[in-house]
Amino acid sequence: MMPELGKYADTVLSAYAVSLLLLVVLAVWSIWRARKMRAELETVEARRKRAQ
Amino acid sequence: MKSIWEYANPKKFIETSQALLPWVTGLTVVCMVVGLVWGFFFTPDDYRQGSTVKIIYLHVPAALMAINGWFMMLLASLIWLIRRHHVSALAARAAAPIGAVMTIIALATGAIWGQPMWGTWWVWDPRLTSFLILFLFYLGYIALWAAVEDDDTAADLTSILCIVGSVFAVLSRYAVHFWNQGLHQGASVMRAGALAGDTEERVSNVFAAPLFLSMAGFVLFFVALVLLRTQTEIRARRMRALMARERRG
Repeated sequence: MMPELGKYADTVLSAYAVSLLLLVVLAVWSIWRARKMRAELETVEARRKRAQ
Repeated sequence: MKSIWEYANPKKFIETSQALLPWVTGLTVVCMVVGLVWGFFFTPDDYRQGSTVKIIYLHVPAALMAINGWFMMLLASLIWLIRRHHVSALAARAAAPIGAVMTIIALATGAIWGQPMWGTWWVWDPRLTSFLILFLFYLGYIALWAAVEDDDTAADLTSILCIVGSVFAVLSRYAVHFWNQGLHQGASVMRAGALAGDTEERVSNVFAAPLFLSMAGFVLFFVALVLLRTQTEIRARRMRALMARERRG
């Protein structure tokens, strides 16, 4: 299944590893931050509603 | 016909982007997975570059989004400066970390490819140098947003920085033509001769099809994350406003 990368195997694999890692970290961080902010805002809005 | 400015309303933006996100995310996954898997597993080696040609499926789309990400931020910044729509300023803020990551990927994959092909990781070539400066502008832009407490002032200052940085975004794209020197080759994907069908000028069809899919995947990835992150920035802004109101009593 793995293509024959020859003498440049390290070069190609490291380029893919670095890029995919950065893309995954960016996506996961964005999703985590989105969920966290949504939950925090809901908490603050609920608290304000109770206070009114 | 609805006006585009309707989406400047934060609530309307969140509703619409929420509905779009699953579709954009699904298309992103399909284009990226098919483009990268096709390119990595099912394309031949180049007769000069060997298997390192497979790096093109990451390097070119990342560079494309590094530059166009900045142009999207420029457009959003201009809308903020002219029309004072908060959503556009927040969209520019949301796009910056994505553009910065795209720039790192383009620089890193370029360096990794350059070592065996050019015999060096880095050279002070006009295109590479302008790309590095663009990356520094991304960092400066992100830092400036974080450093200024008042949202409107931060949006004003970062918009000006964005306009200044656009010079380097343009240089990153056209440096090869301006100076006609350096190691980095000219455009071979969107070149006029290439589009006209001149086979000497363009990337071979074997590589072009997965490359275009991968480029589409990166564009969609950028759009999906901008939508998601803009929602987050809108919520963060609302929370800061509510907290400030609570503190005032």
